[in-house]
Amino acid sequence: MIPRPDPTLETLVLNMGPQHPSTHGVLRVVLKLDGEYVLEAHPVIGYGHRMHEKMGEVRNVSGFYANVGRMDYAGALSFGHGHVLAVERMLGIEVPPRAEYIRVITTELNRIASHLLWFGAFLLDLGAFTPILYSFDDREYILDLLEHVTGARLTFSYFRVGGVNRDLDERFIQGTRVFIRRMRSRFEAYHKLVTGNVIFRKRVEGVGIISPDMIRKYGATGPVARGSGIPYDIRRVEPYSVYSELDFDIPTFPEGDCFARYRVRLAEMEQSLRIVEQALDRLPDGSVMAEKVPRKLKLGPGEVYQAVEAARGELGYYLAGDGTDVPYRLKIRPPSYSNLSLLNELASGVLLADLVAIMGSLDLVIPEIDR
Amino acid sequence: MIRYFREIFEGLWSLLVGLKVTGRFALAPTVTTHYPFDELEVTPNYRGHIDLVVNPKTGKDKCIVCMMCQRACPSGCITVKGEKPEGAKKKVLTEYRLDFTKCSLCGNCVEACPTSAIEFSHEYNLAGTSRHDFHYDLVERFRDRCRALGVEPKIADLTPVAPKPPES
Repeated sequence: MIPRPDPTLETLVLNMGPQHPSTHGVLRVVLKLDGEYVLEAHPVIGYGHRMHEKMGEVRNVSGFYANVGRMDYAGALSFGHGHVLAVERMLGIEVPPRAEYIRVITTELNRIASHLLWFGAFLLDLGAFTPILYSFDDREYILDLLEHVTGARLTFSYFRVGGVNRDLDERFIQGTRVFIRRMRSRFEAYHKLVTGNVIFRKRVEGVGIISPDMIRKYGATGPVARGSGIPYDIRRVEPYSVYSELDFDIPTFPEGDCFARYRVRLAEMEQSLRIVEQALDRLPDGSVMAEKVPRKLKLGPGEVYQAVEAARGELGYYLAGDGTDVPYRLKIRPPSYSNLSLLNELASGVLLADLVAIMGSLDLVIPEIDR
Repeated sequence: MIRYFREIFEGLWSLLVGLKVTGRFALAPTVTTHYPFDELEVTPNYRGHIDLVVNPKTGKDKCIVCMMCQRACPSGCITVKGEKPEGAKKKVLTEYRLDFTKCSLCGNCVEACPTSAIEFSHEYNLAGTSRHDFHYDLVERFRDRCRALGVEPKIADLTPVAPKPPES
């Protein structure tokens, strides 16, 4: 229930958004305030609804390639990965190992880019302007690398059913190795500049504590769950692609506050660098596209659910086919939707300024919630 | 009491550490490009809007008017028309229009083309005052690009093919 203004009570109903800089998009949160304290916070979503699921049900599979990247603009490749994996699982298509390694390399680079964007935007919400300039400098390197291999900087549409649409070249591989070295040296500066900063610590430590119980209740995933001490990562609990062959850790922090979620994401970037480095070393030769992909992808009859770990948590594609090349139903389970749903319980009793920190630490991408 | 002062000292010290980082970055060389005056090189793999492939020697196109690109486009932004000139065996492209306002650059058309007759352009400085500025006539663009390369464009050439003399 959205609260209505009540003149008899000493509470204030305030609209935060849809155009508010710290909601990162068209999210409206209706707040019920008692002075500076938030009593209730009701997210109102749907301002950016573009019927992506319906579009998936009227187009064939290849027509949906362009849509997946437009739901989560910060980590578009994970969304493409889930989509093609779901279709491949339904049709039983074997993907060449080189293509799977390329998918993992590019997706992990995209995850770092997504976390860097979050890093800058989160600190911008908290009033620190400088870190976004440094994180965007690093992100620009990744976008240049990904632009070179995919041809686009944000909405890649790079993965195809059966493989990827362009092979990696030497320039990308060398550029990525240089980037890994560079990025490792940058973390030290980030920790000195931000992690140790007393103003930042005072604003995030002990703020917005999410208990593991609440995580399970709302189905929150990704860095939000791992910041509450739940080591839930699809790459580990339900390995897909070639993640089972790679060595990486799932960073978890038990505190459950905004600072724990911050540390999870910074640690995840380092783990992603490890994954990229290993995948580049083990990159097999061969083709990047499966040979026996039918021109017309006839789905089903049957249904399939495929989950992948996107930058914000578990991303699921539920695909039901009725024997034609157009899916009967395409349901997308975006991670931010569940992560946002715990906002009301989390926000009651906190200061308004802390709500901005909490929403920033959840790393919401609104088009993915509205889709 | 000691803890109180230690916290103040450590807090101030953390700010100084941060200032040292920003100070070092302030003296580092600039990483940005001053855009209208300097431009970055675009990677050859960049996917802009589509263009017809020009044969730089003959000034011909490679399109066989099979309509695969038009069918592959999920947004329906491609319109291809072709005619068969008198006496010829194959269809000739007469019209290729791209409604770039609807295109989402997925690349399905380029992948579907059996003769590799379309390619991605590298244009990214696109701005217009009307949506009609983005309804491209690719045949017209083809002619302009041919002339820029210094070859006579031979596209949409509907001159009747002379019938072969009967074999005696």
